[in-house]
Amino acid sequence: MATQVLMPALSPTMEEGTLAKWLVKEGDEGKSGQIIAEIETDKATMEFEAVDEGTVGKLLVAEGTAGVKVNTPIAVLVEEGESADEVQAPVPTQKEKQPEPAEASEGKAVDEPLVSSPGASVPGKRDRSPDWPEGTQMKSMTVREALREAMAEEMRGDEHVFLMGEEVGEYQGAYKISQGLLDEFGDRRVVDTPITEHGFAGIAVGAAFGGLRPIVEFMTFNFAMQAIDQIINSAAKTLYMSGGQMGCPIVFRGPNGAAARVGAQHSQDYAAWYAQIPGLKVVMPYSAADAKGLLKSAIRDPNPVIFLENEILYGRSFDVPVMDDFTIPFGKARIWREGTDVTIVSFGIGMTYALEAADKLADEGISAEVIDLRTLRPIDYDTVIESVKKTNRCITVEEGWPVGSIGNHLAATIMQQAFDWLDAPVLNLTGKDVPMPYAANLEKHALVTTAEVVEAAKSVCYR
Amino acid sequence: MATRKSPEQSNASKEELVRYYREMLLIRRFEEKAGQLYGMGLIGGFCHLYIGQEAVVVGLEAAAKEGDKRITSYRDHGHMLACGMDAKGVMAELTGREGGYSKGKGGSMHMFSKEKHFYGGHGIVGAQVPLGAGLAFADRYLGNDNVTFTYFGDGAANQGQVYEAYNMAKLWSLPVIFVIENNQYAMGTSVKRSTKSPSLWERGAAYGIKGESVDGMDVLAVKAAGEKAVAACRAGQGPYILEMMTYRYRGHSMSDPAKYRTREEVQRMRDEKDAIEHVRDLLIQGNLATDDDLKAIDKEIKAVVNEAADFAKESPEPALEELWTDIYA
Repeated sequence: MATQVLMPALSPTMEEGTLAKWLVKEGDEGKSGQIIAEIETDKATMEFEAVDEGTVGKLLVAEGTAGVKVNTPIAVLVEEGESADEVQAPVPTQKEKQPEPAEASEGKAVDEPLVSSPGASVPGKRDRSPDWPEGTQMKSMTVREALREAMAEEMRGDEHVFLMGEEVGEYQGAYKISQGLLDEFGDRRVVDTPITEHGFAGIAVGAAFGGLRPIVEFMTFNFAMQAIDQIINSAAKTLYMSGGQMGCPIVFRGPNGAAARVGAQHSQDYAAWYAQIPGLKVVMPYSAADAKGLLKSAIRDPNPVIFLENEILYGRSFDVPVMDDFTIPFGKARIWREGTDVTIVSFGIGMTYALEAADKLADEGISAEVIDLRTLRPIDYDTVIESVKKTNRCITVEEGWPVGSIGNHLAATIMQQAFDWLDAPVLNLTGKDVPMPYAANLEKHALVTTAEVVEAAKSVCYR
Repeated sequence: MATRKSPEQSNASKEELVRYYREMLLIRRFEEKAGQLYGMGLIGGFCHLYIGQEAVVVGLEAAAKEGDKRITSYRDHGHMLACGMDAKGVMAELTGREGGYSKGKGGSMHMFSKEKHFYGGHGIVGAQVPLGAGLAFADRYLGNDNVTFTYFGDGAANQGQVYEAYNMAKLWSLPVIFVIENNQYAMGTSVKRSTKSPSLWERGAAYGIKGESVDGMDVLAVKAAGEKAVAACRAGQGPYILEMMTYRYRGHSMSDPAKYRTREEVQRMRDEKDAIEHVRDLLIQGNLATDDDLKAIDKEIKAVVNEAADFAKESPEPALEELWTDIYA
């Protein structure tokens, strides 16, 4: 049977092109793979190869013709004894073969939150249960100890969980988070790596694809920038790209944000960066109890989790419930302090400023409600919105930079969902829009300060 | 016409040779069809064809056993067909349809099959190399004797993470075979124009990794090298590097102006080194098969590919709800 050769699309965007030159003439024998023409697109002149075998029966478009639409018949191949004129069948056009595009969904109603997505928000009803039963025995513990306990407990419970990173084993952890783990679990499960973040992050993601549950410690999240391609392109996207076949249960953890006097390259808050990525979960605890309960949840989660710790908080002590198996679910904010005049939303070390500010505000007769988001993906929007509907005012506090901050996102969400309840604009308190300076006085000013939080709270209360 | 040298005698059985012929031909015909569907606008975006390199995956798959894993870059159609993934599911993924391996959400460059231990299909040059080492890390951790075939090209061989992976793979004796598919061009840049150390497998020596260069156009040579590497890895002597000297006949992707090499060079490889013709010669000249036998196989393969193309055209586009699924497990 005679076959038509159609004008091909030779790039993702090509709709038409110029048939620059024929490299065969009528009567030539054609082989599959043979270059039969040169076609000019807006980008380049390309060689066009035959797919089917046969004799060139007829050239339908003369060389030099411009504006030949994709899928126009340009030649006819015939088999022995056939004539090119026998071909009459209409050319199947692209339109016929493509299924009709499904109807685009209707524009969303204004009262439906635009930010709602499976990852960013929490499905179902808000969990209002207390984090631990009333009357539970409590024990004072540092954030460092809480993190270590969480890892040790999960490693005892699941043979597939292992820890890998720089200095996690013999050195006992650059910040001593993994102290003692090598002794208990051995070097099969506490793996010291060379200084090679991109490489070991990729190996850990591959190990997760292969059925393990890696905990990757970055000595600090600044160094994870070397590995960010593996975190985002490999860990976060593979479940989606595989149509749900291949998940990546992995925890990337380590200190994040400014420590003290270590300058621009070692002082950066990645909360907003990672919170933007669908496929990741992002956790940023403040207290020791949250560090423990959330890290245990992170290790059990079937998805990649970014777990952002803070060097300054490692040594702080908090009460932690004494329980056999204590976990905190993602997407459940904690109200640290109830109040009626203004809502202060923060997370991680930002909570230090928020709570200090709330004390000072109380002295001046302003009752602040302080919310710790605890997880940034998913975010517990409901708790924030509910609080704003009560206080009618909101400020946010974080150490990260102002542009595209978590606070910006919350302000937008509050505007969409609680506009009519607001008595003042939502203010975002953030780190200053500068690389972190080294000088002690400049560094102090580059960070968000308690005084700024107090000032902002007063201003939204028009005081 | 062809100036092929007559093939050396081989000890391969008729069944084995016929199997290689069939598997390599399936890849070639599949890819030609994919090129055609791309030209018709049924396949979008990037589409990297494997035509010319068929002997590499077919030879190495012949050295693999159940449980072994494989991972590669975006030029992945051949790897998927060679490890037994269904041509219909692969083609329907290329057309972005519900019946594709990733329900149409991955496309040509991002496809996976848990069942066949195919771990992608990765679009970032070189990223699959540490991932492959990680798959091998998992097998070593779990104490089984599986190996992972980690494929990458001569272009990826200049990425830093490849050498980070080499270092740790040797440090931890991971059962991973690094397969460098050296088709001589990283997009349009020849190996000669990208490095002063063009023998890519030898770079493993810096990390203490054994390796060798293999005629990647000869499926029997590929299989023999694969068996050696697999045996080393299963015996705990991994990793291993195989540099497959191969050639792609088509452009880097469908939108390749082909200005970086001559037509004569491509034609010479087709005429003198073609992997499928090589096996064909072995079968015919060894009196193991007749022209008619092979024609029957050609016909059979054509039917498989046409069926895959029909399926890929008829399978519906994914439902709009699919936009929001598979983001979290």
